[in-house]
Amino acid sequence: MAQHQVKFTQDGGLPVALTTIDKVVNWGRSNSLWALTYGLACCGIEMMASGASRYDFDRFGTIFRASPRQADVLIIAGTLTKKHAEFIKRLYDQMTEPRWVISMGSCANTGGMFNTYATVQGADRIVPVDLYLPGCAPRPETLQYGVMLLQKKIRSEKAIKAQKPKRLL
Amino acid sequence: MRRYVPKDDVQKKAYYTDRYWVAPQVPKEKVASDKVFAEDLKAIKAKFKVLDAYIQVEQMVVYIRPEDNVAVLELMKKELAYTQLSEMSAVDFLSQRGEFDVFYQMLSMSKRKRIRVKCTLKEGEAIESVEKLFRSADWSEREMYDMFGIKVNNHPFFKRILMPDDWEGHPLLKTYPLHGDEFAAWYEVDKIFGKEARDIIGPEIRDDAAVDRYDTKRFARLGHEVPYGAEIPEGEPAVKTEYQEDDGVFLIERFEKDNSTVITDRDR
Repeated sequence: MAQHQVKFTQDGGLPVALTTIDKVVNWGRSNSLWALTYGLACCGIEMMASGASRYDFDRFGTIFRASPRQADVLIIAGTLTKKHAEFIKRLYDQMTEPRWVISMGSCANTGGMFNTYATVQGADRIVPVDLYLPGCAPRPETLQYGVMLLQKKIRSEKAIKAQKPKRLL
Repeated sequence: MRRYVPKDDVQKKAYYTDRYWVAPQVPKEKVASDKVFAEDLKAIKAKFKVLDAYIQVEQMVVYIRPEDNVAVLELMKKELAYTQLSEMSAVDFLSQRGEFDVFYQMLSMSKRKRIRVKCTLKEGEAIESVEKLFRSADWSEREMYDMFGIKVNNHPFFKRILMPDDWEGHPLLKTYPLHGDEFAAWYEVDKIFGKEARDIIGPEIRDDAAVDRYDTKRFARLGHEVPYGAEIPEGEPAVKTEYQEDDGVFLIERFEKDNSTVITDRDR
């Protein structure tokens, strides 16, 4: 230690950090939010842009995974049709807990402009949603901000608490 | 929002009426006015019964009997050089005339002409598949069945193409409500959770403008976050919308707005 000139009492230089299990676990969870690659419509393009170099999700620890087994966040990016509803439920069930859902864009929130027979009127009819992003389509900044708010939400949760879904089913 | 009407037996009667001004038909010309079309029509008439024929917007429309459809299209493909079936489907005229129009849009690249072959089908009647002549008819005929319920005989793989296989009803019929019937409204709920879940999930909210800001069970509201199911009858507590807590975040450097650099030069 001495050779590295660590000042133990100054500048927060102590190599020891005291904290709680909750904070450590939530720090890990919130900073490695792996999202499922799940572009359903035009919002998917914005989601891809968020992951690419200009907006660069990787610096928040959000890495897109192609398998629900490895994903923590389900970003529903686009129009959810009734034909597709059972698949999103299956993918959600395949994700390991804890898991979070971001409903991205008007279509996923409420059905949006597709007020028709073939569109699910809000993804929260199928899966519990943590965060609704408004916009058609939301800009990558909105998705980034949404992810950061989700991180804040995760930090405020108890690490081993059973998560209460927004819907009971 | 549109007025709610019960959708139990809505498909039994035609609800569609012309609400607005109906544009007049584009003027029809005689087939004799175009030499190429006149010869084509003569060749078709030599072998088949032609119910009606005219030229509209530089395209010839030929009405034939529905049982002749494969033979007419074969003649047009092999002898009249109409080698492409660019589109086919049906039109619902059930409320006006009690029948469907089935149309085949044919294109001849060498003649640079288009002919629309049409025939009429009563409800419940089937038509012969032209998939053997034109591969493009494969999906088109499935779509026609999916959207209108017109059955096609001798199709190699006859099932719905757009809607789910277990769907009830044919959405492009004029009698089909835009917001869906009872089956459509509960389709995903019935299929995933079962009919028992209808009471818990509730009916679809078809009003796009419906926002219940005091609903703390369905919506996580940014900036006004309260616990799940909390009662907030008289206003909501204001919560800062900053994405970091006031006392900082564990192991993460606090973002200081004053110390950050704002880039205004895009070409930097």
